Amino acid sequence: MKAWNSRKKVLLLFCTAAVLLCAVAVAGIFLEGRAMQTDFSQKNLAPSLQYPFGTDWMGRDMLARTLTGLSLSIRIGVLTAAVSAVIALAIGIAAALLGPKVDAALSWCMDLVMGIPHILLVMLISLAFGRGFTGVVAGVALSHWPSLSRVIRGEVLQLRQAAYVRAAEKLGVPRRRVVRRHILPHLLPQFLTGLILQFPHAILHEASVTFLGFGLSPEQPAIGVILSESMRYLTTGKWWLALFPGLALVLVVLLFAGMGERLRRLLDPASAHQ
Amino acid sequence: MKHRLQFAGKKLLRMVLLLLGVSLAAFLLMSLSPLDPLQTNVGQTALGSMSPEQIEKLQDYWGMNTPLAERYLGWLSDALHGDFGVSLLYRQPVLQIIGQRLANSLGLLFVAWVLSGVLGLALGVTAGCFRGRLPDRLIRGYCLLISSTPAFWLALLLLMVFSVWLGWLPVGLSVPIGVEVGSITLADRLYHAILPALTLSITGVANIALHTREKMIDVMESEYVLFARARGESRRSIVLRHGLRNVALPAITLQFASISEIIGGSVLVEEVFSYPGLGQVAVDAGLGSDLPLLLGITVVTAAIVFAGNLIADLLYGVVDPKIRRGAARS
Amino acid sequence: MEPILEVKGLSIAFQQYDAGTRQRRLPVIRDLSLSIGAGQVVAVVGSSGSGKSLLAHGILGILPYNAAMEGEIRYDGELLTPERVEALRGREIVLVPQGVTYLDPLMKVGPQIRRGKRSPEARAKSRSVLERYGLGAETEELYPFELSGGMARRVLISTAVMETPRLVIADEPTPGLDARAAGRILGHFREIADAGAGMLLITHDLELALTIADRVVVFYAGETVEEADAADFAAGRLRHPYTRALWRALPQNGFMPIPGAQPYPGEIAGGCLFAPRCPHCHPACRAAVPYREADGGRVRCLYPEEGGTP
Repeated sequence: MKAWNSRKKVLLLFCTAAVLLCAVAVAGIFLEGRAMQTDFSQKNLAPSLQYPFGTDWMGRDMLARTLTGLSLSIRIGVLTAAVSAVIALAIGIAAALLGPKVDAALSWCMDLVMGIPHILLVMLISLAFGRGFTGVVAGVALSHWPSLSRVIRGEVLQLRQAAYVRAAEKLGVPRRRVVRRHILPHLLPQFLTGLILQFPHAILHEASVTFLGFGLSPEQPAIGVILSESMRYLTTGKWWLALFPGLALVLVVLLFAGMGERLRRLLDPASAHQ
Repeated sequence: MKHRLQFAGKKLLRMVLLLLGVSLAAFLLMSLSPLDPLQTNVGQTALGSMSPEQIEKLQDYWGMNTPLAERYLGWLSDALHGDFGVSLLYRQPVLQIIGQRLANSLGLLFVAWVLSGVLGLALGVTAGCFRGRLPDRLIRGYCLLISSTPAFWLALLLLMVFSVWLGWLPVGLSVPIGVEVGSITLADRLYHAILPALTLSITGVANIALHTREKMIDVMESEYVLFARARGESRRSIVLRHGLRNVALPAITLQFASISEIIGGSVLVEEVFSYPGLGQVAVDAGLGSDLPLLLGITVVTAAIVFAGNLIADLLYGVVDPKIRRGAARS
Repeated sequence: MEPILEVKGLSIAFQQYDAGTRQRRLPVIRDLSLSIGAGQVVAVVGSSGSGKSLLAHGILGILPYNAAMEGEIRYDGELLTPERVEALRGREIVLVPQGVTYLDPLMKVGPQIRRGKRSPEARAKSRSVLERYGLGAETEELYPFELSGGMARRVLISTAVMETPRLVIADEPTPGLDARAAGRILGHFREIADAGAGMLLITHDLELALTIADRVVVFYAGETVEEADAADFAAGRLRHPYTRALWRALPQNGFMPIPGAQPYPGEIAGGCLFAPRCPHCHPACRAAVPYREADGGRVRCLYPEEGGTP
C-alpha cells in the first residue's frame, strides 16, 4: 500500500464504497419479506447473535428492517439526486445562456426556493403530490436544485468567456452545437461531483420527512418510519430500536459523502500538486 | 450615504417581492394537494355518517368551494392588513399561534444560532490554519460525521443518553408536565431547552466550520500571507491579524445564511423533544392540511430568512472597506 | 570581498500529479548559483515562467509545502538554515514583492508597514519612510485598493526599509509602471544598495535591470546560463548565445526576436536546454553542460567563443 499514491487510494476507496452501497441496496430488496414478518414469541429482544440488531415489539428482525429501509433510502436517494441534478443542470445552463432576463428570473426563483427552510419546502412539495412515495420523491427531487444550479451557472458563464467558446460563437457555430460540443463536456466533472454530493442531502431529507410522517406509510420499513416508531419505545429503554437503524443510515450517508468528496478532490485541478 | 440607502431600498423591495413569490408558491403547492382535508381531519367513517348539508358546510370551512385565484387574492389582501386567517386545526388566528410558538422557539433558535456560529468559526479557523495536520483532520472528520447525521437521530441519541440513561435532563416539552402555567419558572424553561439547543448547535457547527475552513485556507495561501511570512510575522500573528480579518466577511454571510438551516433543524428537533415551538406546529399544520397556518408559517420563516440575508448585505457594506470607501467616494 | 549571499547548486522541485494516478517530480529550478556582495545590485533576468520568483521564496524559506529545495545557501558566510532565515527575514533579509496583492486588502497601509507595532517610534519611522518615497502621512490611512500602481510599489519598498536590511530581494518590482515611474523605483533600490545592502533584483526586463545592476545573472528554463558584469553587455563580451539573443532582442539593439519557445519544466530532456533554439548547436551540446568560470563571469555553454558576432 505504501507505494500507492493518494489518487490510487482514492480510486480504490471509491470503488469499495460503490460496491458496498450496491450490495446494501440489493440485499434490502431480498429481505423485504423478512422485514415485515412478525413473531410475537421473539418480541423486544435485545441484540444477540441471532438478531444482531434486536427485534421490535412485534418480534420483527431489526437487521432485516434496517437493511430494507437503507435499500429504500439508497434507491430513493439515487433517483432524487439524479432528477434534481438534471434539473439543476438545465436551469443552470438556461440561466447562463438565455440572456439576462431569463437569468434574472431564474436567479430570483433560486433565491425564492432557498428562502424557505428546506424541510418546510420538502413538506410543502410532498403535500402537493399527496404524500406517500411520490410525495417524498417529488419533495426531495424538486427542492435540491438551487445550490447546484448556481454552481453550474457560474461555471457556464466562465466557460463562455473562454477563448475557444467565443471563437466558436464568432464563427457562427449554432448555439446548440456550441453548448453540446464545447460547454457540456467541460461541465461534466462539476456535474458528476454535484450529483454525488446531492446523494447525502437527498437521503437525509428523505429520512427526515418520512420521520415527520409526510412520506411513506407506517407499514413500509423506511428508516424514517423505523426511527419514528422507535421514539415511542425510547423511554422504556429499548435503545437498539433507534441506535442501529440510525447508525446504519449515518454510515450510508457517510459513504456517499466520502465518495463525493473524494471525486471532487480527484477532479479538482488544484489537487494535482501534492 | 444616499448610495447606501438606495442599496438598502433595492434589497428591501427585492425581499418583499420574494416574500410574495414564497406565499404564492406555498399557496399553489398546498392547493395542488390531492389530499382531501375533510378525510384527513374528520375521518372517512365520520364523513360517511354525515348529511350532505353538513359536508357542504365543512367543505366551506376548509375553503374547498372557492376558486383558487380568488382564494389567494383574498388571503393576500387580508394578509396585507395583518390578518393571516384562522387556523383550521386550532381555531385561533394564525398570527396569534405563530406569535406564541415563535416566542417559545426564539430563545432556542437564537442560542443555537450564536453557539453554532461562534464554535463553527473557531473550528473552521483552527482547521484552516493547521491544514492537513491533526487538528484539521479531527475537525474535518467531526464535520463530515455530523453533516452525515440526521438532526432528528442525533436528538434521539442525546435523549437516550442524557434523559433516559443518565436521567440528567427532561425527556421533552418546554415545561414540566402538570404544573400550572403561572408557576413555571425561567429555570424550568431553560432546563427543558438545553437538549434541543445542544442538538441544534451541534448540527449547525459542521457547515459553518467547513466553509470557514475553506476561506481560511484561501487566506493562508494568499500572497499577502506569503508576504507576511516573508516579513517574519509569526504564525500566531498571521492568523490573528490577517486570518480573522479576512475570514470575517464570508463569516457574516455564512452566519446569516445559517438561519434557514437552524429553523429547518428546529422542525425536526422540536418534534423529537415535543418542544411546543414553531417547528412542531409546522409539522402539525402540514399533516393536518391546515392551509392558513402552514402558509403563515412558511411566509413568516421565509421573512426571517430574507431579513437575515438583508442584514448580512448591509453589514457587509459597513465592514468591507471597498464598499464603505467606494460608496463614500461616489 | 565577502559576499552577503552565496547560492550554490540550488534546485527546487515540485511533487505533482500527471494525468491519472501517476505522480512525478517537476524540477523548476536546477543548479542555480550566484553571489551578492554588500552594496551590490545583482539582477536575475529571465523570461516569465522560468521560475524566478521561486528563487526569492526559496532564499526566504517560504516555499509551498509541496516544494523540495536542495543546494547550499550561505548568508554572511554561514549556512542559512531554516531556523536562521526565520529569525532574519523581515529584519536583515527583506522582500519587496510584485504588487498590491501582497498587501492585506482589509488592512490600512499604516499598520501594514509597521507590522502591527503601535509605539510612537514605529509611527514616526513609518511616517519618515513614506516621506522619503514622496508619500504623505495620509497614505497610512488608505486601504491597498485605494493605492495607484506607483504608490503601491513605493509602499512595498517602505515595508522593506522599516528596519535596516542587509539583503533586499525585489521580485518583479516594476511591471505595470511607465518607464519614468519604473526608473524612479529602481533608483530607490540603487539608493538602498548604495547605503550598504546587497540587492537581488529579479526581473524579466533586461533593459531596466541594466540601468542599476552591477552584475546580471541570466536565467533560462530554470537554469542559470550566464553571469556577467553589467558592462559586458554594451562591450559585447557576452558568453552565452541566449544572453546575446536577449541583448539583441532589445529595441535599441535591433529588436531581433528569438525563434522558438522556452521548454516547459516538465519536458526537459538533458544537455543544453537552449540547444533546440541555438544557431550554433553542436552534437556535444546534447550531453550535460557544466556551469563554469569564463573570463570574469560564468557560463553554461560548451562553445562560448562561437557566434560572438551576429
